[in-house]
Amino acid sequence: MLKLFEAVGEYLILMRASFARPEKSKMYWLETMRQCYSIGIGSLPIIAIISLFMGAVTAVQFSYQLRSISLIPMWWMGAIVRKSMILELAPTLSALLLAGKVGSNIASELGTMRISEQIDAYEIMGVNTRSYLIGPKIVAAVFMFPMLVVISVFLGIIGGWLAGVLGNFYSSSEYVRGVQDGMKSYDVFIMFIKSVLFAFIISSISCYKGYTVKGGAVEIGIASTQAVVQSSVVVIVVNFLVAFLLL
Amino acid sequence: MIEMINVKKSFGEHQVLKGISAVFEEGKCNLIIGKSGSGKTVTLKCLVGLFEPDEGSILYDNRDITKMDFDEKKKIRQEFGMLFQGTALFDSLTVEENIRFPLDMFTDMSDAEKKERVNFCLQKVNMSGTNKKYPGELSGGMKKRVGIARAIVNNPKYLFCDEPNSGLDPKTALIIDRLIKELTEEYNMTTVINTHDMNSVMSIGDKVIFLHEGIKYWEGTNKEILEITSGELFDFIFASDFLKELRMRAKF
Repeated sequence: MLKLFEAVGEYLILMRASFARPEKSKMYWLETMRQCYSIGIGSLPIIAIISLFMGAVTAVQFSYQLRSISLIPMWWMGAIVRKSMILELAPTLSALLLAGKVGSNIASELGTMRISEQIDAYEIMGVNTRSYLIGPKIVAAVFMFPMLVVISVFLGIIGGWLAGVLGNFYSSSEYVRGVQDGMKSYDVFIMFIKSVLFAFIISSISCYKGYTVKGGAVEIGIASTQAVVQSSVVVIVVNFLVAFLLL
Repeated sequence: MIEMINVKKSFGEHQVLKGISAVFEEGKCNLIIGKSGSGKTVTLKCLVGLFEPDEGSILYDNRDITKMDFDEKKKIRQEFGMLFQGTALFDSLTVEENIRFPLDMFTDMSDAEKKERVNFCLQKVNMSGTNKKYPGELSGGMKKRVGIARAIVNNPKYLFCDEPNSGLDPKTALIIDRLIKELTEEYNMTTVINTHDMNSVMSIGDKVIFLHEGIKYWEGTNKEILEITSGELFDFIFASDFLKELRMRAKF
């Protein structure tokens, strides 16, 4: 228990130091852009594939259930897929996926830099490594995750349309009607709140795990795994809290 | 000049440095030698501020780094250059980007000036033309040279080298030693080298400090070290029976 409190304290101190005043804004800007590219563009293909299929599976499974209840019109499917994607599937499943991809990448990159003395090299040059190596990663994640989630929602809805129309569950016009029906901006607000929170959780926990690695290759592997597992657990808990408090 | 005054450092119950005092002189190669576990690396890390000593002072031309806050330490570190044992080159950057990083971060030089400075440093270490290569494409000796180029790019007053010859063949090691010596004399830097390579001691050791179990056991020049005939330092220098025998034969 004491270790947990120590770790949380260490994490909070590291986070505070990660947003210190930059030595040279241009260098931090360039590093943030590099991270945006790595986190955002680098994750786009996997997010695109997963989202298409998430939307498709949602459409097929709900259609299967609704067919047996003839009272519910099939045009509702568009609304069901849209709502599921916006409120839950896009932000949460994308976050879990990105915890695996981006989180492990960040933890192993920083861990390797720590073990190979690259972080010491920055320190000796006079660079504040906490703000230079951690700050841009968190800023990039918080900036890029919501964009990825928006793309995920869009592709999920397309996936639902493709699966339903190709599988003859409903017509294209029925689906489009459902997608447009009863759209609430509050749902989109919740989606953005979730994606920003999840981005911060995943990037900050992964940075903490990677930056504080001690030892060698085995410890980098352990830190990388812990980054994924711990950030996934926190994402799930925060997901529940957001739904509980805001919906 | 760097002055260490009664520096002590412990990790848990284990005291690694037991009160080290030493002076590292300007324009000279100051070597710290000793067996593995004698406290060389901890001494070097205390010097550059990566470890906080438990007691004692470290003065850089009368500026005590142990009493500096985070920002002051950052500032004085811009006067440091360091060559790491594993070179610590940034994998994701090219040779040129590695070397120009301190210039990008801490100077307002124009791109043309930075390029000129990078090429000058590369030429100093005989690595001209490797600007666009990545560290992964270089041999061990080449990486060390690039590491030296990066260490000197900001005209440091103090140069630190941690085991500069480790993993190199004797001929390349000699080239790296000579390079460090030339640069130290040319730019009048205070150079501190952490090594257990006796070839380095003999070729560039203007001043040699021998650490044994966390204390300064001996201090002198590379000429004086050959006069040693017994004790821990003798065992360190003439580690093998073969070398001891050669030494005894040369004596009589």
